[in-house]
Formats: sequence, structure tokens, C-alpha cells
Amino acid sequence: MLALTRLRSCGVPRVMCVMIAGVLLAGCGINTIPTLQEKTKGAWSEVLNQYQRRADLIPNLVETVKGYAAQESKVLTEVIEARAKATQMQLPPDILTNPEAFQKFQEVQSQLSGALGRLLAVSEAYPDLKSNQNFLALQSQLEGTENRIAIARRDYIAAVQDYNTEIRTIPGRWWRALLYPDAQPMQNFTIAEEKTKVPEVKF
Amino acid sequence: MGSTPRRLSGILLGIGLLFCVGPAVAADPEFPTLTGRVVDDANLLSQADRAQLESDLKALEDKSSDQLVVVTIPSLQNLTIEDFGYQLGRHWGIGTKQLNNGVLLIVAPNERKVRIEVGRGLEPIVTDALSKIIIETSILRRFRAGDYAGGIKYGVRDLTLVLTGDAAELEQRAKARHDADNPATDWLVVIFWALIILWVVWSMWRTSQPGYRAGRGSGPIFIPGPGWGGGSRDSDSGWGSGGGGFSGGGGSFGGGGASGGW
Repeated sequence: MLALTRLRSCGVPRVMCVMIAGVLLAGCGINTIPTLQEKTKGAWSEVLNQYQRRADLIPNLVETVKGYAAQESKVLTEVIEARAKATQMQLPPDILTNPEAFQKFQEVQSQLSGALGRLLAVSEAYPDLKSNQNFLALQSQLEGTENRIAIARRDYIAAVQDYNTEIRTIPGRWWRALLYPDAQPMQNFTIAEEKTKVPEVKF
Repeated sequence: MGSTPRRLSGILLGIGLLFCVGPAVAADPEFPTLTGRVVDDANLLSQADRAQLESDLKALEDKSSDQLVVVTIPSLQNLTIEDFGYQLGRHWGIGTKQLNNGVLLIVAPNERKVRIEVGRGLEPIVTDALSKIIIETSILRRFRAGDYAGGIKYGVRDLTLVLTGDAAELEQRAKARHDADNPATDWLVVIFWALIILWVVWSMWRTSQPGYRAGRGSGPIFIPGPGWGGGSRDSDSGWGSGGGGFSGGGGSFGGGGASGGW
């Protein structure tokens, strides 16, 4: 208080000092934790987005395959059920910090990838299906979506690493203890990318 | 028909990949330098072809602000073309930051792979399915016959057709680019800072007046206005406007497009 009064008397307005202090603090990392948190959440939404996009492609794919390979009912049902499980899974609000929920999410998506891979492998035996324009278009969309999923995952992993590193190293640790006690480390993908990708079937 | 050994190797490759443990992202690959709209590091095109393509691609950008870049590379550095493609797109920043309207046509003749890498903003227009069709019908047919220049030329032609297809949308994109180039001055920020400076000057002048007694109120309390930190708007400076010096506008890529091999 005394210091600030003295400052005023030397001509520098008090409010100006407060504002300058604010700018300086912003430069030294006080905002880094929330910024990284938001970045990670953004990357996570993109991952969810792409997984949803894949789920949206599946009904059309199943119908097309049914048109030519209705007898492959086992594989078709498997895909339909796996998709239902994936889309009906309720994501808890703390999914990014809850290891069990995150793991469950990964497993459910892995199972869907596996079922899709088997469906595509089975389609190989049907030349009429393989040359169907609709099927080819769906296949290219599926490949594109798998690519986007892979990239979204990588972007998320990078964002999570930055955030987790920040809250564990100095000075992030201190800011966290001081101002952001709720900041928890966020989960990372543990199932390798290759295992969750639909294996490409080259016709 | 020859597909069985291919399939077998595909399955073996898949099994091999399953046993790979470790981070999915390796070190950053070495990216070619962006010397222009046609980067022909694999030397597939003649001088005349290159010049023609450059002018076509520039015309496309002038018309719609979409950046279409052709790049041929001698090596994919052990990455799949999908992995390489989006990283190259992001590294060069093809397409504007606001619209993410970049497209890359990548040809890797030594690995016999081609890819159309589509920026986030153009994914609804150059869809995955369309990219695949362009690759299969225009490009691979010619590549298989050894006609790289022709394949690239027709690929570019088809992509241009798709990009310029919808006239109304085209105008909108061109206008958005023009607005990004000439951002309106954020008058609120200018006025805010002018007031701050005036107040500081006035305060200092007042305290330097004889007869000023410390202890009086320090003047009107100024509440920081909106736009704290400045409303900085990214503007794409006219890089290509000098006739030389092409560069990306900071566009982003999310993995859209399609690939093919021959």
C-alpha cells in the first residue's frame, strides 16, 4: 500500500502499474495451463468428431453389402452391434481424466474397427460388390475417415503431452498449486494406432 | 490373378504392424522447399509443362483464392503417403488461414504412390470419393502408361473443374479472401489505447502542476475496455502479388482426400 502511494506521487498512475503487472504476468505462463487445457479439449472434440463420422458411414455400408452378400449375416450383425455399442456409449463429463472411462472408449472403438475390417475382408469374395459404384465410394470415404481419425489421434496425443508436461514441470507446477488445483493430468491413448485402424483391404 | 500374393503380403504387413510398439509419430520428415506452385523434385515434368501448370494454378488462385500445389518427391522417407501428405500441407501452410482452402497433388514415383491432400475447408467440395475418382480415372491410367506429365496435367484439370464448379460459392470464397487481405481497422482498440495514453499524459501533467497536493483522488478510475490485448486479425499479405514469391497462407489439413498406387 505504501509502495503504491509512493508510486502515485512520482507521477505514474496506480492503475497503469496494475495493468503493466497484468501484462507481465501473462507473459510468464500464468495462462498456459488453461490454454493447453482448451487446446486438448479441442483436439479431443476433433477425435470424437471423426469417430462419429465413421459410425455414420456404417449403416450405408451395411446396406450395400447386404445387397450382394446377405448370407454373411454373422459379420454383418457383428458390425451393426459393434456400431450400436460405440454410438450408445455415454461419455462421462470427466472422460479425459478418468482412466477407466477412457480405456472403455478405446476398447469400444477398437472392436468396431475389428468388425469393420472383417466385413471388408469378407466383401473381397464378391466381385459384383467390389465393382459396385456405391461400395467403392463408401470404401474411399471409409479410408478417408480412418486417415482423419489417425491424424486427430496424433494431434490429441501431442496436445495431451504438452498439457501433462506443463502441469508436471516448473513453473507450471506452481501455477497449478496456486491457481488451478482442479487441473488433472489427462488420459492418453494406450491402444496403438495400428490396432484401432480398420486394416486396409486392397482389391 | 496375382492378388493372392499381394493379399498375403498385405496381411503379413498388417500382422507385422500389430507388433510395433512405440510412439506413432516419428521424427519430422525433411520437407521439400516451397519454390512455387509446382515443386518438381522428382523431375517428372519438362520446363514447358511446369510453366504451363504454374500459370494455370496461379489463375485458379487469383480467381477463387484456393491454393492448389503440385509436388513430386523422390522419396517418402519411409512414411506412408497419407502420413507425409498432411504434414507437408501443414508445414507449407497451403491455403488461407481463414478458409483452409489448400489442395496438394503429391506424386511419389519411386514408391509409386499418388495422393490428393485436401485442406479442411475444401473437404466438402473435393470430397474423398471425388478425389478417388480423379485419381483412378485421370491420373493412374496415365501413370501406368508411363505418362507422368499427362497424369499430372489431367489431375490438375479435374481438380480445377471441381474447385471452380459452383460459381456462387466461388465468389463467396474470393470475397472472403479479399476481406482477409484487407482487415477493417479495429477502431475500438485504437480508441481504447488513445484514451489510456491521453489519461496517462493528463495525470502526469496534473501532478507536475505547482500546488498539487498528494492525497487527492487520483482521477477517474479507468475501467479497461474491451479488446484487451488487441484484436489482432491475421491478414494474408499479398504474397503472390509481386509476380514472384509464392507462399502458403497458413491453411490447415486434417487428412481429407484420397490416395492411389500403381
